[in-house]
Amino acid sequence: MEHYLSLFVRSIFIDNMALAFFLGMCTFLAVSKKIQAAFGLGVAVIVVLTITVPVNNLIYTYLLADGALAWAGLPDVDLSFLGLLSYIGVIAALVQILEMFLDKYVPALYNALGVFLPLITVNCAILGASLFMVERDYNLSESVVFGAGAGVGWALAITALAGIREKLKYSDVPDGLQGLGITFIIVGLMSLGFMSFGGIDL
Amino acid sequence: MATLKDTLTTPIFKENPIALQILGICSALAVTSSMQVTVVMCIALTLVTAFSGFFISTVRNHVPSSIRIIVQMIIIASLVIVVDQVLKAVAYGISKQLSVFVGLIITNCIVMGRAEAFAMKNAPVPSFIDGIGNGLGYSVVLLLVAFVRELFGAGKLFGVEILPLVTDGGWYNPNGLLLLPPSAFFLIGLLIWALRSWKPAQVEEPDFRMAKHTVAKEGV
Repeated sequence: MEHYLSLFVRSIFIDNMALAFFLGMCTFLAVSKKIQAAFGLGVAVIVVLTITVPVNNLIYTYLLADGALAWAGLPDVDLSFLGLLSYIGVIAALVQILEMFLDKYVPALYNALGVFLPLITVNCAILGASLFMVERDYNLSESVVFGAGAGVGWALAITALAGIREKLKYSDVPDGLQGLGITFIIVGLMSLGFMSFGGIDL
Repeated sequence: MATLKDTLTTPIFKENPIALQILGICSALAVTSSMQVTVVMCIALTLVTAFSGFFISTVRNHVPSSIRIIVQMIIIASLVIVVDQVLKAVAYGISKQLSVFVGLIITNCIVMGRAEAFAMKNAPVPSFIDGIGNGLGYSVVLLLVAFVRELFGAGKLFGVEILPLVTDGGWYNPNGLLLLPPSAFFLIGLLIWALRSWKPAQVEEPDFRMAKHTVAKEGV
């Protein structure tokens, strides 16, 4: 239990997807102008990550890894080079299914998430989490915890940035730094702040 | 219709994918701590963008628009797998250093963005050139950032010592901050500032303007 808790905390704060690995930066910078939109996108990312990372874990363990096809009588087959293609396919398909499911059964949440759901397919945080899961050899339960933690961390980061940017509208920024430039510098400062979690050993 | 040369050169400074279009930032930040890795990443990205533009544009008239995203994804993913396998075979060390970022070229917004915005509407050859142009625009920013980070952070370029470090008996005291990830944000922020001061047309309109400072008149 303690192991999972520390993995969860580690993936939120120390290995924060947005601020330590810079994944999902495009949407991170583009959708962080308003807190509400940022929060909606954050929730969508949490949901999608919690589902896709374990599913990709199953696919990797039972279909793609070296010798994984032993149950089908093919112990010498190594399909791991198909990884990238399978993960992105799974993510695209799952996002589509999730969208249809929410549209039918949870229309309130569907309307709240709106355009962000399809956008998530091309969010590198999602694919990145699956690739990290493979690289670090997580098992199924670890990958559920890691997926949820990575999602929460990303949501936390984008909501915090949106909060800062809402206040920033009223400040006098030099012309050339207006908009994108100053946002980069703020994210840099936030990232420095998050680095202070780095010393924590769990 | 713009000429091929314009298609190639516009994305480098005028419509730089990183500085103006906010595309492809993830990898720009993570792989720029040494020149060698950055160069490999730039070549890989430019090739994938160019070829995906070419192939997507070739099939653009045969693909129904409802499934175009999936088709684009599959074409891009296949190209990235080729790049990934070649890197593993030829330069295993660098491929380890790039770790997940080669795979992340798939979701790199530059590739998807150009496929959607340019290759779906233009013939194969201009799309290929457009891909190369955008790849170069991306490379220019990345190489500049990597140059500053490696030279001042570690006193080296391409792993060759340029500024002898204090620890090795030299005179240069390296700035460790530049090797840490956040420095990339500051550098790109400053780079955008410089670019926009050079080309003021790219400056974004602020939502609010500060009122001019006025001195309150004292009662006479």
